[in-house]
Amino acid sequence: MMRYVRDPALWLTTLVVLVAGVWPLITRSATTREDMFLILMFVTLASSLNIVLGYTGYVNFGHIVFFGLGGYIGFYLIAEKGWHVIPAALAASLGVVLFAAILGGIILRLRGAYFALATIGVNEAVRSFIVNWDAVGGAVGMEMNFSRYQDYGGPMNALWFAYILLLIVTLASVLLSYFVRTSKFGLGLLAIREDEDAALVLGIPAPKAKTIAFALSAIFPAIVGTLFFFKNGNIEPGDAFRLHMSVEGIVMIMLGGYGTVMGPVVGAATYERLRGFLLTSPLFKNLQLAFAGVLLLLIIIFVPSGVVGWLRNRFPKVRRILA
Amino acid sequence: MDVLLASLVDGLLIGFVYGLAAMGLTLIFGVMDVVNLSHGALIALGMFGVYLLFTGLGLNPYLGLLIVLVLGIILGMILYAIAIHPLLDGPHLSTLLSTFAVSMIIIGVGTMLFTSTPRNIDINLGSMVLGPVRLQGTRVVAALVAILVATGLYIFMYRTHVGKSIRAVANNRDAAELVGIPSVRILAFSFGLGTMLAMVSGGLIATLFPFSILSGGTYELKSFVICVLGGLGNPTGALLGGLILGLIEGLIPVFMPVGWTPVIEFTLFVLIILIRPSGILGAR
Repeated sequence: MMRYVRDPALWLTTLVVLVAGVWPLITRSATTREDMFLILMFVTLASSLNIVLGYTGYVNFGHIVFFGLGGYIGFYLIAEKGWHVIPAALAASLGVVLFAAILGGIILRLRGAYFALATIGVNEAVRSFIVNWDAVGGAVGMEMNFSRYQDYGGPMNALWFAYILLLIVTLASVLLSYFVRTSKFGLGLLAIREDEDAALVLGIPAPKAKTIAFALSAIFPAIVGTLFFFKNGNIEPGDAFRLHMSVEGIVMIMLGGYGTVMGPVVGAATYERLRGFLLTSPLFKNLQLAFAGVLLLLIIIFVPSGVVGWLRNRFPKVRRILA
Repeated sequence: MDVLLASLVDGLLIGFVYGLAAMGLTLIFGVMDVVNLSHGALIALGMFGVYLLFTGLGLNPYLGLLIVLVLGIILGMILYAIAIHPLLDGPHLSTLLSTFAVSMIIIGVGTMLFTSTPRNIDINLGSMVLGPVRLQGTRVVAALVAILVATGLYIFMYRTHVGKSIRAVANNRDAAELVGIPSVRILAFSFGLGTMLAMVSGGLIATLFPFSILSGGTYELKSFVICVLGGLGNPTGALLGGLILGLIEGLIPVFMPVGWTPVIEFTLFVLIILIRPSGILGAR
């Protein structure tokens, strides 16, 4: 326990997320809140994806399926069954973690490119299934009755409420990422990433560890999905299972630093800010996708370890405070 | 019965084109172990190549295809030098991401130049009646061109020196290097071939259906399904996989709402990757 209390890296990580997250609450500005909502959402998605991608070394293109399924379960419970957003989000998380545990047990047998392709297939299969499933609105999706927000003191308060919940979830997901990284279980995952067969020989129960990591990575995306679509007031398959968002999550991890705790936080914030800037600047507005592509290519070729990884390699002293 | 037969034949014809697209993906994977995530963007680029030559210069789409073929090989070799070669020895993730970055660049620039409004190539070759089945001329020609390109590729791979070198490098790069094969040049050329196949099939698809710069994604996913059906890295399997996918797409609408097609395709995809990752042709 003392080990954690004395670790400056833990404090720095918590502080960064907390200070940035509380900022909109102080300024009470709705625009800052909306910007921050997206950043925190991506921090959560990237941090949890990093457990599978960065620590365990499995390239998951279908991470967004947890977000989408969680969003659908939570939204259905809120909009159709009249649940409060908190129990709905928890139920969504539980359902999606179960789904991830079962799915992980099956597809984590695959390695390398086969695993990556299978995750794309799972996301597309689930999305096209939802498109055809009329009970959840099929291709048009579902809408929430505006009066639902009255339970939270009107739409304005509901949005702030969703934001505060998201801030808590983001903190929790970054802490989860930190504790996995510093635990013995996390070391096992890193060993699997470096050489799975050697890890097995050393007595790491790789299949079990991988499945647990996969399930852990599903907890928070499901909650974020519920919060996001609760805030939006509607949900449709195209928004919930967008493959592109999965890949953006990977880009953020690469940008910040693959396999580090701070990396996804830095990467998600930088990428979101940069995109906001590109979208509003007249010069790059039409070219923002191409620009992001060039940036990604440059990072992979020249700084493959990302910002945080580069700092850690370049200045070894930084390692104490930058996990 | 006639409806069934007609959609079967239709499916088969399109299946050849799908198979050709998937051959590009599977060739690159087989030779250098890279899953090319810019495949869909390259297909879209091929569509626009033929489209622009047709609307801009009034060139016949099938002649335009020849130019696209040459451009494809050159573009592929350039892409290899920029996005693949520096990363070939790194982890899987780096080439997945670098090819995805290429796709973002192509689609980003493409969206700016062409917007995402759907286009189509206005070409009508009449139709052919074959017993109870009426075939659209464009589909028959597209299938024939696909067969021609696939056969050409097969002869090239088995009968020419460069083709044999490609197979040698795919088999074992170090051993190929030892017997004097310039493996870097061969890898670059293979990537060029894969790109060419994607672009040519894109050009063929453009003569059949309306398309936009974003259409590539759908065909990229189809190519993944086909590659896994036929076994990743196996071009003959890819052609067969394309036919199977074409048949599925032809048959499903006869029995159930057409919306279920992707559900069945992707479920099949995940099942095959789990049960027989080497594809239906491959050894267990």
